[in-house]
Amino acid sequence: MIKYTLQRTFYMIIVFTIITLMCFVLIRMLPQPVLPPEDPHAQVMEMRREALGYNEPYLVQFGLFVKNVVTKFDWGLSEKLYFGQDVWKIFSGKLPATMVVNLYSIILSIPIGIALGIFAALKKNTWIDYLISTLTMVVISVPSFVYAFIIQYLFCYKLGWFPFLVKSGTDWLSWPMFVSMVPAIMSLSFGVIAGFTRTTRAELTEVLTSEFMLLARTKGLTKAQATIRHALKNCFVVIVPGIFGEFIGILGGSLIIERIFSVPGVGSLTLNAINGLDYNIFILSTCFYTAIGLAASLVVDVSYGFIDPRIRMGSRK
Amino acid sequence: MNDNINTAYEHIPAEKFAFVQENENLHDKELQTKARSFFADALLRFSKNKSSVIAAWILLFLILYSIFAPLISRYDVKDTDSMYVNYPAYNRTICDLNIGIMDGAKTFDSQNDTAMNFWRGIAEETGMNPVIRTVGTHETDVKQRGQIVKRYTYDIEVNAYYALGMVYRTFSYAEFQNIQNWQNETGIQVIYPYVEPSDINGIKDNPSVWYEVDSKGAAILDADGNFVPAYSTHADKAGAEYNSIRIPGDDGSYVYSTAKSGSVQCRVLYYNYYIYVNGHEPNYLLGTNVMGMDLFCAIGIGARFSLIFAILVSAINLTIGAIYGSIQGYYGGYIDLALDRISDILSGVPFVVVTTLFQLHLSRKVGIVPSFLFAFVLTGWIGMAALTRKQFYRFKGQEFVMAARTLGASDRRLMFKHIFPNAIGTIITSCALVIPGVINSETTMTYLGIVDLSDFAGTTIGTLLSQGNAAATTAPHAMLWPSVFLGLLMIAFNLFGNGLRDAFNPSTRGVED
Repeated sequence: MIKYTLQRTFYMIIVFTIITLMCFVLIRMLPQPVLPPEDPHAQVMEMRREALGYNEPYLVQFGLFVKNVVTKFDWGLSEKLYFGQDVWKIFSGKLPATMVVNLYSIILSIPIGIALGIFAALKKNTWIDYLISTLTMVVISVPSFVYAFIIQYLFCYKLGWFPFLVKSGTDWLSWPMFVSMVPAIMSLSFGVIAGFTRTTRAELTEVLTSEFMLLARTKGLTKAQATIRHALKNCFVVIVPGIFGEFIGILGGSLIIERIFSVPGVGSLTLNAINGLDYNIFILSTCFYTAIGLAASLVVDVSYGFIDPRIRMGSRK
Repeated sequence: MNDNINTAYEHIPAEKFAFVQENENLHDKELQTKARSFFADALLRFSKNKSSVIAAWILLFLILYSIFAPLISRYDVKDTDSMYVNYPAYNRTICDLNIGIMDGAKTFDSQNDTAMNFWRGIAEETGMNPVIRTVGTHETDVKQRGQIVKRYTYDIEVNAYYALGMVYRTFSYAEFQNIQNWQNETGIQVIYPYVEPSDINGIKDNPSVWYEVDSKGAAILDADGNFVPAYSTHADKAGAEYNSIRIPGDDGSYVYSTAKSGSVQCRVLYYNYYIYVNGHEPNYLLGTNVMGMDLFCAIGIGARFSLIFAILVSAINLTIGAIYGSIQGYYGGYIDLALDRISDILSGVPFVVVTTLFQLHLSRKVGIVPSFLFAFVLTGWIGMAALTRKQFYRFKGQEFVMAARTLGASDRRLMFKHIFPNAIGTIITSCALVIPGVINSETTMTYLGIVDLSDFAGTTIGTLLSQGNAAATTAPHAMLWPSVFLGLLMIAFNLFGNGLRDAFNPSTRGVED
């Protein structure tokens, strides 16, 4: 098992390096932004570029880039949006906003999602089940900006309960900040709730019809006991890796929701970098999102093996 | 004879027996029912699934809408009106029925007497009453000069198209003459008597005021409660000759324009001016958005692009994925491993990054739409390849394949003539679930502004949504209709796709993958 995990991690690092190399070269191939000639820092930037090998072959540039990142964690300087500032500092300054919003959202939505899923599975083929399943299907189908709009219009405008945009400032855990984040949290939660409801329902209905459930009932357990002790345990084999995946995903957040509610997070920074052609920020975001995506799938895969001893990951048979 | 009939069968006389057939052959009856093909069977199963059938009808309706709406509409996506911006739905015929829909209604809260007089002023001058109905009346007690006075304010619904009233427009002499000719022909009055700002307390930004006002801009009424006209009679300031329709009560002394250097400025009734310019009344079935675009037409145009694009992308991905997956699944071993690594690497790149890089690199060389298409194709086929690979692993060891191989069939023949047709049902049905995914990503990218397709496609649903989002509170309809369309489209596609999948693979019914 440990061998398998190490193997997967090693493999992930290789994939990550290849993707970074491809994106890095593609970005460096673009014409670099012209530095403002009057700015006294322009000359410094020019010399920095020289030192980073902007005029050398791409592989040399990539070598220098990796060397800087690995030894000094230096991702370069912003050349457009935040002229002359350290990219990693800007980026890490944006991380808390994204993480806080997403953390709230999954803390709220995972229990709700699982609860709804269990409820629907227990009431299978009744109107409650149909209602929950239909709503789940609708929420999963409809893009998030559509219900972000509905939430914004209903709760922020018509009812006036929450402000339109996330409040500025860095007091991430304060109450006013939470209130201003509620619309964004709700918009993010819908999708997660629906996802968990669907998985839980599908898993649980399958487990509930299996034979060991019948055995559990015959040996004298009540329905509740049998469901909690036997059915849920089995259905969590599928759900828990999903929860791990979500927790890694909180770093990434959602581009759209951050844009709509102007959360000062990583997503907005990435969008601004794309629109403003700030390549160093863009390279960092690319690496970041790639790493998150790969790490999430790695954790999900590996955790299956740890949770359920019946699953032998990477074994020959 | 025995009394008991039941036991009398032993003694049935021989002449009572007859042969069923004597000199003919006995045949099985031919099957009267027709043999049902695989597709007919699937269709039958599909039609039993009620929600999918409804979804199919909705889908058909939406597709027909996207084909015909831009044809029916009087507008094109390029027709953008500078004044009717974010205006509600309006159609004159339906508006006149007074049933509360498509009447261009906008709600104005807490209108005091000054504001009510302003609406009345527009109604009296133009003959088009903007106030549709009063929704609510508020009574407040105000202390004035030591006395308690009751003041009323009203919540009213206003026909935004009528409420726009007058605007200032500057014309060349020829244009001014053209409008007069048109007025004479049609009898619709566009140009109204000019009002010098100096006569109405210097108000320059409100061309709908034509009566005497006090310093606060409130109308001064005469003893009978009527407006006192303040039309310009300064003949010396007139811009050009006016020989057309005059308003009632005009003795010929009113001046209809004022001189600007080399041109004339007029007070123009925008509703009628619109008719003069466009040849018809405003007819916005779903209202207009922030660009002054007809939403009814724009949604159709946007959806048209989304649908065609999604179908194109799925077709390409299907082809690439099927070939790639076939090779992977058929050969297996090291080839499978190597190809799997390639798709692993490609699927690891975030889609936003792919789209951005393709836009930056290729959009100038091959155009925005092809580079957007490449971005979709680069990673989109991976799911399809995995699916095909799985199907190939399932079928390649079976006897019919071995039989074909023994007969000397080549690899290619085995792959595409013998194994692939078995997998085609699964692959095609999954296509119905790929299309909404593509539409979703496409809308997201255009919504975020990473890709701008307005030059090529006119507009897209994503662009409409991001434009609508800017005025989501003042003109919610501009966000609502594209949202409704997109929401319905996605739900219908997903339901339809699920139904197809269940119909073609009854064994996987209800399993989410």
